[in-house]
Amino acid sequence: MTSGDAFDSTLTRVIPSRRRRRIGEYLWVFLLGFSIVLILAMLGVILGDVIIHGAGHVSWTFITESPRQGLAEGGIYPAIIGTTFLVLLMTIAAVPLGVATAVYLHEYTPAETPKQAWSRFRTAEGADRRKLFGTVVLSLLAKVTRSAVANLAGVPSIVFGLFGLGFFIQFVGGTMDRLTQPAGEIVWGQGNLLWAALTLALLTLPTVIVATEEALRTVPADQRAASIALGATRWETIRRIVLPGALPGILPGAILAISRGAGEVAPILFTGAAYYLPFLPESLSSQFMHLGYHVLILSTQSPDVEATKPVLYGTVFVLLILTFLLNLTGVLIRARTRTKLRSGS
Amino acid sequence: MTKSVRQEPEPAPKIEVTGFNFFYGELHVLHDIVMDIPEKQVTAFIGPSGCGKSTFLRSINRMNDIIPGARARGAITLDGQDLYAKSIDVVALRRKVGMVFQKSNPFPKSVYENVAYGLRIGGVNDRNVLDEVVERSLQRAALWNEVKDRLNTSAMALSGGQQQRLCIARALAVDPEVLLMDEPASALDPIATQKIEELVYELKSNYTIVIVTHNMQQAARVSDRTAFFMLGKLVEYDDTNTIFMNPKQKLTEDYITGRFG
Repeated sequence: MTSGDAFDSTLTRVIPSRRRRRIGEYLWVFLLGFSIVLILAMLGVILGDVIIHGAGHVSWTFITESPRQGLAEGGIYPAIIGTTFLVLLMTIAAVPLGVATAVYLHEYTPAETPKQAWSRFRTAEGADRRKLFGTVVLSLLAKVTRSAVANLAGVPSIVFGLFGLGFFIQFVGGTMDRLTQPAGEIVWGQGNLLWAALTLALLTLPTVIVATEEALRTVPADQRAASIALGATRWETIRRIVLPGALPGILPGAILAISRGAGEVAPILFTGAAYYLPFLPESLSSQFMHLGYHVLILSTQSPDVEATKPVLYGTVFVLLILTFLLNLTGVLIRARTRTKLRSGS
Repeated sequence: MTKSVRQEPEPAPKIEVTGFNFFYGELHVLHDIVMDIPEKQVTAFIGPSGCGKSTFLRSINRMNDIIPGARARGAITLDGQDLYAKSIDVVALRRKVGMVFQKSNPFPKSVYENVAYGLRIGGVNDRNVLDEVVERSLQRAALWNEVKDRLNTSAMALSGGQQQRLCIARALAVDPEVLLMDEPASALDPIATQKIEELVYELKSNYTIVIVTHNMQQAARVSDRTAFFMLGKLVEYDDTNTIFMNPKQKLTEDYITGRFG
């Protein structure tokens, strides 16, 4: 322990007794250790429950067949494929847009606050004044975008679902149908893979933007300067130095966002997830089954909850495995890019 | 300020500076600089920290442009062309006026790709051309023999002195006419410093070199001309021998004898 026997008598009179201090020390270590045990225990109970009840039900037929007998029998193949398509589409929509937004915010908008830019604008004159007006506008734009992104991250996921229903399905899809379907057929004006993926993409966008901006910040300024000094333009510097340097930070951020999106149910409730489909989605305008939604259906809508319980556990088990694999891929990619960067080439 | 009276004919000036002023926002950091920088010689800038010598150095390849609020008044010409004219292509200028920074800043790429960078952004991808330029640049930077067997390993694995010479090779690869060096040896040990100084001496037969240094002995050893800056003003500019043996200004004498700074 800490208190020393070498302390002289004057000090021992001023500071509390060894015994009292030692009790305090133990108490804190106990509290800190307890919080770790608590978290591990909760994780263990959840995982243990799912593994004990679910792993046994997972078989080859379970992951390759469609549900049968009021969902109580058969497999979850359409849900696995639906989830995969949805996540792929969401990634294609969210990652490029999020990275592009972050690059613009971090690399092209001024580093000054609108207030600083404004005060410089007020004192400037002539040609400088015109240039500074652009600076004021851009830094204002950056500020508004950043707070919009921060607010977007705080919106409950069910609100995204409602937004997807109102905007993508009724407004965009409805308009597309009115223009392309003279017979009044409904093709795009209903929930489907595309609208669900776009709604999910909106949900994951803030995470991608924030992670990317954070990663861009870690690229050393002197590497940018070296590139500029060699006659590179700003975009060449971004493409050849900044983005490769930020990649080990962008990838795990994007993958975390994607794996969170993969498990979300609320945004796809009204935008395309189907209760039961014996076939796979054929195009962007198809409805689809989804693992998370399937869990919700099995646990709330089943006529015989006891009979569907094994399927329910099996489904949760598969969903957890898929998310885990996704996260593992992220960690592996990150480890590979790191060693690759360190060794050059 | 004081422009020396020339006793003997000097080489033609590569860079001419007339009435150059520089501002960071409201801050007036360079006042009416006037000087001629001769071709294929080494010109050293000395002076206490914050005197504006680095800012002036960065004005010559317009690296200060990327700092918000930076403004220049007056003229710097390179071969008679005003660097701050509207028609100037800054990207082309920076290929003509290379730069080596205080802290070595190689890219996290291989030795080969570091040197090839300037050519690649210029659109050169022919392997034969690249091989040739990479070898020639590394040889000029006196680094070839040390790295020729590990061109594909990361530049980050080189020692500090090797990294700095790699940065010099990288700057040389785009075939500049002027090389700006901002305290290139201040973070290096004496042996690595000596190598850089020998290199500067070699390079001046092909390049016009401007070097900022805090090290008085270094300025005396490597440079032909020396400019002493203080508080944003050019106090004295003359042949290096004159500055160190027989300065005309009291301030210069006080500085080089170590009475302040």
